[in-house]
Amino acid sequence: MGIEQRTADMGIITTSLEQAVNWARTNAMWPMLFGLACCAIEMMAAQASNYDMSRFGMELMRASPRQSDLMIVAGRVSRKMAPVLRRLYDQMPAPKWVIAMGDCASTGGVFNNYAVIQGVDEVVPVDVYVAGCPPRPEALIHGILTLHEKVRGEGLKKWS
Amino acid sequence: MDENLQPVVAALADRFGASHAEFRGQTTVFLRPDQIVQACQLLRDEFGFNMLSELTAVDYWPQQEPRFHVFYQLNSLSQHQRLGLRVPIPGIKPSIESIEKVFPNANWHEREIWDMFGIRVEGHSDLRRILMPYDWEGHPLRKDFPLGYEEVQFTFNVHEIDQDKFYPKE
Amino acid sequence: MLEQSEVTLDELRHLVSERAIEGETMLLNMGPQHPSTHGVLRLLVELDGEVVINCIPDVGFLHTGIEKNMEAKTYEKAAVMTDRIDYLNTAGNNLVYCLAIEKLAELDVPPRAQVLRVLLTELERISSHLVWLGTHALDLAAMSVFLYCFREREMILDIKELISGARMMSTYFRPGGLWRDVPAEFDGAVRQFLSIFPARIDEYEALLTKNPLFLDRTQEIGVLSPQDAIRWGVTGPLLRASGIAHDLRKADPYSGYEMFDFDIPTQTAGDTYARYLVRIEEMRQSLRIVQQALDNLPSGPVRSDNRKFVPPPRSELATSMEAVIHHFKLWTEGFNLPKGSIYVPTESPRGELGVFLESDGGSKPYRIHWRTPSFDNLQALPLLAKGHLVADLIALIGTIDIILGDVDR
Repeated sequence: MGIEQRTADMGIITTSLEQAVNWARTNAMWPMLFGLACCAIEMMAAQASNYDMSRFGMELMRASPRQSDLMIVAGRVSRKMAPVLRRLYDQMPAPKWVIAMGDCASTGGVFNNYAVIQGVDEVVPVDVYVAGCPPRPEALIHGILTLHEKVRGEGLKKWS
Repeated sequence: MDENLQPVVAALADRFGASHAEFRGQTTVFLRPDQIVQACQLLRDEFGFNMLSELTAVDYWPQQEPRFHVFYQLNSLSQHQRLGLRVPIPGIKPSIESIEKVFPNANWHEREIWDMFGIRVEGHSDLRRILMPYDWEGHPLRKDFPLGYEEVQFTFNVHEIDQDKFYPKE
Repeated sequence: MLEQSEVTLDELRHLVSERAIEGETMLLNMGPQHPSTHGVLRLLVELDGEVVINCIPDVGFLHTGIEKNMEAKTYEKAAVMTDRIDYLNTAGNNLVYCLAIEKLAELDVPPRAQVLRVLLTELERISSHLVWLGTHALDLAAMSVFLYCFREREMILDIKELISGARMMSTYFRPGGLWRDVPAEFDGAVRQFLSIFPARIDEYEALLTKNPLFLDRTQEIGVLSPQDAIRWGVTGPLLRASGIAHDLRKADPYSGYEMFDFDIPTQTAGDTYARYLVRIEEMRQSLRIVQQALDNLPSGPVRSDNRKFVPPPRSELATSMEAVIHHFKLWTEGFNLPKGSIYVPTESPRGELGVFLESDGGSKPYRIHWRTPSFDNLQALPLLAKGHLVADLIALIGTIDIILGDVDR
């Protein structure tokens, strides 16, 4: 019977600080309610009855960037929208993460022209790219779980 | 031509000396830029074309005279009829009269042709860009405006293109 | 690129009242990121206390350059862009694009393809109205309707996935017919939907139609008179809720709609509640069309055999030299359309969706313009909003049923 068991009997759990913080961060990651185009409809479907994203502690979509940790860029980003998007990103409190949902947000998709930013990574740093046009809700959920895995692996040095 | 449309086309030919064309069962009347407001007024008040359903332009660059055609499609809800109007305008200082006073919903459509083709709309109440950013230069749907194509990254040129790509900081 | 030029009041001075310039009323910026603008719509609202004096929509935040981009692609390749204009009515967008090409090329469509096109477009109409109903109710704080609507929408998406492999962007309609025939399971899947869905509409109605909270938020809000509706080019359910029975499926039938028996629901009040009733009834009428289409589905080919426009089936490629040539021509160069221009209107869930297509005789559209219903309907928003409270503005944005992709293209 080691010291962990004895402290656990007293109601104390020992863990590393990194693990505890990352556990807290992943299990209540609040995404921003930010839909741009077609992918926003699939993002809504991911929250609705059949897919139910709240299983992963994400039912709370915040409309304000100041209350959210995760920006899901759902759709194509036009040149007119890009400065707005960057401002929203700057308004989010750290730590913050970005998912580029769909082909348009990741690479520009089928719209290789004057109006669309060729990948939202030209404007904000992206953590996870989700492919698909639009991605199925399962794909989005997989992207989010991949992000959770990434966050769980972050060390002290990465914390801003 | 639909027999109900014949008096309309005859009236336009009589009043404005307008010619018309038939294609796939659709009638289009050609007008001069200074006639469009009166023609719309006439069609709305006397022939019951009460809705403007389409307003757009076509660029025939490098042809200069005329370079643009502005296309109007009027709709008569009571008689289920449609009539197209085409106004050729030159490439140098292109401008056209606003029909906003006759059909209020022309407002945004005319802003769109200003934004996309650079056709100035005289007498418009609010001629600003509508779709492009406020500080955008050029008019994208003109044929001499490039598509803005960005080269696609493949394995053989991924690094080459990546050097010019813009990546932001946190 | 990231520098956004500031819009000063000077540029907007002609749009706001004198009182705003003197500082008596407040100018409030709403959007482009706002939970109830259904996308990226920006509104500049002039307020006197809580009463909206004027609102100035600012669109273009989703401008995708689709029209320009289609000019650079062949007709067959440009078809994928049509889905992404109005992303809740993808089948309807495919349909109007194919109709325009077929009319210009004088290409015949087999009867089975026509009926299947109608069937799928009507299913898509139901699915679009379900998204509208769910989000509109959510804006008015009725959370559960949203969950119910999306549950039923998944059934329609499953049918689309069954036939095309994609949930939303199917590009299933091609010039000359359909991509391929529907699988054997299609009939059963649609019949199951038809047996379940009527009761579900009653369920939504039980939640909303007589709900006093919903009535208070919608009745006599945003009344649109029939004269104003016509003047402002408003079409679709908004026009029909103002008492004008104008539906292009009846007025100017396309793709064989004249063979189906259905009614045009109308209301006379012209307010938000009337528009809700019209759309609910439209779902029922769409179900009638789907039922008739499924019962009278003709057999036969689903794509024209005109090899100048339609690629040959893969089986022919191994045996026929001619088929190989056609295949090669179509996939390298595409087909050429005769010189000329046409305008083809159809009835989308939001109103008149038209395509103006001009061809110069080549294999790419010389100019294609989408006359989208949301663009014209959104223009009427200031008209509807004047004199109402800020909270009602949310209901009004919902009731117009705008899709920003449809507005900005």
